[in-house]
Amino acid sequence: MAERAFHVARLPGFATTAIIVFVALYLPIFTLVAYSFNASTSLAIWGGFSLDWYAKAWDNQQVKDATIRSLIIASFAAAISTTVATMAALGTTRRRAFKGQTLIYVAINQPLMVPEIVTAVALMIVFGLIKVWLTSIGMGGLTTGLGYLILAHSAFCIPFAYLPIRARLEGMDLTLETAAADLYASPWQTFRRVTLPLLAPGMIAGAMLAFVISLDDVVITEFVKSGGQDTLPTYMLGQMRRQLTPEINAVSTMLLGLTVVLLTAFFLLTRKKT
Amino acid sequence: MSAAEERLIQQSTRNAWLLSLPALIVLVVAASGPLLIVLIYSFLSPGQHGNVIWEFSTDGWVGILWSKDIFSEEWMLADAHLAIFWRSLWLSLLTTAFTFIVGFPTAWFIATRPPKERALWLFLITIPFWTNLLIRTYAINEVLRKEGLMNTVLMGMGITDMPIEVLYTQTAIFIGMTYVYLPLMVLPLFAAIDRFDMKLLEAGYDLYASRMQVLRRVILPIVKPGIIAGSILVFVPSLGAYVTPRVLGGGKQMMIGNFIELQFLQGKNWPLGAALSMLLLVIVMVALLVYVRYANKGSSSHG
Repeated sequence: MAERAFHVARLPGFATTAIIVFVALYLPIFTLVAYSFNASTSLAIWGGFSLDWYAKAWDNQQVKDATIRSLIIASFAAAISTTVATMAALGTTRRRAFKGQTLIYVAINQPLMVPEIVTAVALMIVFGLIKVWLTSIGMGGLTTGLGYLILAHSAFCIPFAYLPIRARLEGMDLTLETAAADLYASPWQTFRRVTLPLLAPGMIAGAMLAFVISLDDVVITEFVKSGGQDTLPTYMLGQMRRQLTPEINAVSTMLLGLTVVLLTAFFLLTRKKT
Repeated sequence: MSAAEERLIQQSTRNAWLLSLPALIVLVVAASGPLLIVLIYSFLSPGQHGNVIWEFSTDGWVGILWSKDIFSEEWMLADAHLAIFWRSLWLSLLTTAFTFIVGFPTAWFIATRPPKERALWLFLITIPFWTNLLIRTYAINEVLRKEGLMNTVLMGMGITDMPIEVLYTQTAIFIGMTYVYLPLMVLPLFAAIDRFDMKLLEAGYDLYASRMQVLRRVILPIVKPGIIAGSILVFVPSLGAYVTPRVLGGGKQMMIGNFIELQFLQGKNWPLGAALSMLLLVIVMVALLVYVRYANKGSSSHG
């Protein structure tokens, strides 16, 4: 029966198209990675295998600074968004429907719906206003720093952190918590000893997604950053206007590697649940 | 309902709001709230060196379609703007259509794999989806440029003597957007096809339907919610695209996203930029409302 159903589901040309799609999906990325190992200065000619461009990128102070900045922003954004998303998930799941629940859902998912460029210019304007105001009240010292980028990143990371946490919570029934309460655990003890350990995989998964999303952001960072606050992606975007060397490929490959490692960990983590 | 029960429910609702409050504050400060300021800015007058003057004006909105003649101060239909809107709309629709044409067979292929293999194929589609958009766009740049993979292969096979210059054309943007947004089409299509009951195909064939008839009369109508979801997920970011047209269009082939940036940076017409942002937002919201209506209509519980 299964055999026949499978045969029936075959449509002419579909498998071929799918294979072509998969090849087309990965070929450009492999090309990019391959050229990061190119010994030749030109992007065009293959001059043999070499790690020179990685050494060059490693020695490039701008790349180093941008990498550290990206990692700092992504760490803070992941921590903040995961914390507030966990609270929101605890608030919006496992209780009877309440007034304004839809409003909270819409607010949390709003960064997914608004085009990035619109959020980017909106934040540029608002942070600009805040900076002018801070200077006028003599607190000009607060107009620099990574706080603005961290705040912006935390906001658009919230839906990504919220999703796996909520999914995890919905799969947990209240039996264990009720049992803990029956045994005279205080609400805080119940949360600390029962809910939190059970929820941890969801939170780690959420934090990882938030980290990846923050690490990848170009548009919002490009508009919010002040001078000399390039993150890795905005640095790369700036370089793409100039003469390209395989150094960009080397930087891309490193960022790509980090993303793949985090994603694989994420998939393993969420699969364990089932 | 007893008074005690009512109090309990009230307390639960209050807790729900209190717990959600920190997230809501971050979102209002750095996501929803700023949009309101953009709306206000769209009704102000442009400052000389960018920024705005706090005087009410509708010029920002009028400026979307018309521009003031420098000499006669008359409003004239702005052909350059229309060209940008037309390009954005056309390229987004083309991208949506093409991602569907190649995405549907791909989703079908994944959904009809044995369950064990399926996870792997899905993972292969998901990885590019989570990979940096800029890197993926740059990878397409690598393939398309004059000395890139495409021209090397074409010239090596003797199909062409001269490198084909695709980069910095609308074709390059179309190829790039198709490439970066394809997973957004495949994933919802897969979800819809995965729920599709393959027995219906047998029924169709038993009733002497041809493959084409089965596809058009049975499969497509049933997976329609997935098609709509995928189309909107591709169309919305395409319309607001910024990185892909900038890297692959080389500044010559602007789309709305780049046009908005131009108003805030070189153009120094912030109210126009704000009005364009609001317009883009409204179009996207309408598209999403259509999606929500269809998603609710469909019997599927996902979404």
